[in-house]
Amino acid sequence: MRIITYCEAINEALAQEMDQNDKVFVYGIDVADHKRIFGTTKGLVERFGPQRCFSTPLSEDAMTGFGLGAAINGLRPVHVHMRVDFMLLAMNQLVNMVSSFRYSTYGNLQVPMVIRAVIGKGWGQSFQHSKTMHSCFAHIPGLKVVLPSTPSEAKCCLISAMREDNPVIVIEHRLLYDVSGEVPVEPVSFPLGKGRVLRTGDAITVVAVSLMNAEAIRAAEILSRKHNINIEVIDPVSVYPLDEDLIYSSVKKTRQCIIVDNDWVFCGFSAEISALINEKCFGLLKTPIKRIGFASVPCSCTRPLEDCFYPNAVDIIRAVEEKLGLSKSDLSDEEFYSYENKFKGPF
Amino acid sequence: MRKDLNIELYRKMCLIRTAEQRICDKYSEDGMKTPMHMSMGEEAIAAGVVLALKEIDQIFGTYRSHAIYLAKTGDSDDFFAELYGRSTALLKGRGGSMHLCAPKYGFMGTSAIVASSIPVAVGSAFANKCLNNKKIVAVFFGDGAVDEGGFWESLNCACLMKTPILLVYEDNGYAVHSPVSQRHGYNSITKIIEGFDCLVRSTDTTDVEEIYNLTSECLEELRKASRPVFLHLKYYRYCEHVGVAEDFNAGYRLKAEFEEWKKRDPLLLQRNKLINLNFSEDEINKIEKEINLRIEGSIKRAQNAPFPDKKELYKELY
Repeated sequence: MRIITYCEAINEALAQEMDQNDKVFVYGIDVADHKRIFGTTKGLVERFGPQRCFSTPLSEDAMTGFGLGAAINGLRPVHVHMRVDFMLLAMNQLVNMVSSFRYSTYGNLQVPMVIRAVIGKGWGQSFQHSKTMHSCFAHIPGLKVVLPSTPSEAKCCLISAMREDNPVIVIEHRLLYDVSGEVPVEPVSFPLGKGRVLRTGDAITVVAVSLMNAEAIRAAEILSRKHNINIEVIDPVSVYPLDEDLIYSSVKKTRQCIIVDNDWVFCGFSAEISALINEKCFGLLKTPIKRIGFASVPCSCTRPLEDCFYPNAVDIIRAVEEKLGLSKSDLSDEEFYSYENKFKGPF
Repeated sequence: MRKDLNIELYRKMCLIRTAEQRICDKYSEDGMKTPMHMSMGEEAIAAGVVLALKEIDQIFGTYRSHAIYLAKTGDSDDFFAELYGRSTALLKGRGGSMHLCAPKYGFMGTSAIVASSIPVAVGSAFANKCLNNKKIVAVFFGDGAVDEGGFWESLNCACLMKTPILLVYEDNGYAVHSPVSQRHGYNSITKIIEGFDCLVRSTDTTDVEEIYNLTSECLEELRKASRPVFLHLKYYRYCEHVGVAEDFNAGYRLKAEFEEWKKRDPLLLQRNKLINLNFSEDEINKIEKEINLRIEGSIKRAQNAPFPDKKELYKELY
C-alpha cells in the first residue's frame, strides 16, 4: 500500500492490466491526446503502442458497437467517455446490442467489455456535463454498473471490470480524481457486486453513491463531534449487481436510513434502494426512509444555482438531526468541501 | 471447374428458396411465432458473396438474414428449430428469425435495429486485424441503413482504420415502405462513398456467378490493399417488408416492377445456365428433390422438438 490519487489509481490499473493481458486495449475520444483523459490514460500509448491505445472519431454509438465486435472476436476493449452525458449517444448500441448479446446468443458469444465514463461537476459544467445515469444503465439487464468512490476502489474495481467476461460500466467522478488514499501496489481485484462499509456507526445508516460518500464521511465526522453520534456510511460501489445484504444488515442494526444519491431522486437508484429496504426490513424502521439527491431540474451553470442543485454534507447533517430529533448544530466554524480547492476547471 | 462452381451456387440458392417457400406455406399454421423478413429475391447476393468468402471468414446481417444464414452455415435443422422456438436450436429460441447467430460457422449475428450490426462488424474486423488471423468480415445491410448515422460513423471508422471488411449494401429500393426517392437528399450513394478511402463496386445483376466473380475480385483487392470494400448490389424484395405475403396492392410499389425483376429471377437464370452448361434436367431435379426432403426433415424435427424449459429463463444472465 502507498498513497496515490484516484486518477493515478485508474491509470495504474489500466497499465497493469494491459501489461498482463495483451488483448486489452483502450480507446475513445481523445484517450491519446496531450491531456489523456485528465491523466488516466497517461503513458499508455508510449508503452503499449497506438494499436492498443488510440483516439477515435467522435462517433460514440459506432465506437460502442466497435467495442462489442472486438469483444466477441477475442479482444478486451476499454472504451472511455470524458463525460457520462456523451455516452447517451451510444444508448442504441448499449441497450439494444451490448447488454443483450450474450443472453440472446445463449452464451455462444461473450462480451468482455469495459466502458469508463466520467461524471462532471462544478466550474459551470451545467446540464450536459454533469449526469450520472447509473440507474438508467442498471435498469437494463445485462449491464454491470459500478461507481468507485475511493482511490483503492477505483483501481480494484477497474481491474475486476477488465477481467470480467461481461460488459461493465465504470462511472468515475471528476471531483474524486484528486482525492488521495491508500491503494495496493499489486493489481488486486475487488469483487463486482460487493459494497463497503466506509464508516461504522449505530445511529443511522447512510447509503451514499460516488462523490456523495465524501460528503457523507464529512457529515459523519462533524456529527460525531457536535452530537456524539456515529452514523454508518455504506458505499454500495456496485449498483448492479447490488450488495443488498450489506445494506439490510446495517439497516437492521440502525433501524434508520438516509440514501444520498449522486443523481435525481425521482425514479432513481435511491427509489430502488428504498423499495428494497421496505420489502426486506418492513416494520423495523423507526422513521420513513429519507432520500437526498439532485434538485429535480437540469443543472445550471451559474454557481449559486449550481450550489442549490447538488446535495452536500450540510444536507446530510440536517437530515440526520431531523431524523434523530436533535437540535440544529452550529456549522459556521466548519469547513466543507469546495471544488475550487482542487478543481478550477475548465473541464 | 466452372460447372462445379455453378452447381454449388445453385445448390445454395435452392436451399434458400426452398426453405423460404416452406416458411410461406407453413407460416399461417402459427407454429413459427417470429416476425419473418423474407429473403426471396436476394438469393444471388447471399450465395454469390458467401461462396466467394472463405469458410473462416465471418459475416453479420440484419433481421432479413435467412438467405445469408443458410448460405454461410449450410444448416437447416438449427434454422427451423430456432424459427419454431425449440430447445434443440443453438440459441434455444431466444433470437427467432430476426436474431440468427451461429459463431462456429462464422455467422456472428444479426440485429433488428437498422444499421446497428455494422459498427459491431467493424470492431470484429479490427480484432481480426489485431490478431492477424487473416479473417475477413462481411456485413450485409439494406438501403435503409444508409439513412442511419451509425452507417456513416462505421464507414468512416472502417476506412480510417483500414479494417478488413466487406460492406454489402443490399439495395432493394425500399426501406420498409419508403422508396429511396423519399429518403435520400442525394443522387448517388456510390458517388458519395467513393469520397471515402475504400473500394466501391456496384451492379444490378441477378446472375449469381457474376456476383460471385465480382465479390472474389473485391476480396482479392481487400486482402491486397487492406482497405474496406463497399459493394452495392441491387435486388428486388418479392414479399412484403415483414410477413410472407405479397403487398403490391398496398400502393407503395407496382407489381409491374416486380414482374420485370421476376424475368431475371436468380434461380431461373441459374437453372437455365446449368442446362447450358450441360447439366441434365434429371441432375437438377435430383438436387432440388434432395433439398426439398432435407427441408421437410428439418421442419419435422423442429416441430417435434421440445420447447425450452421455463427454468432456462435466467441462463446466461450475469
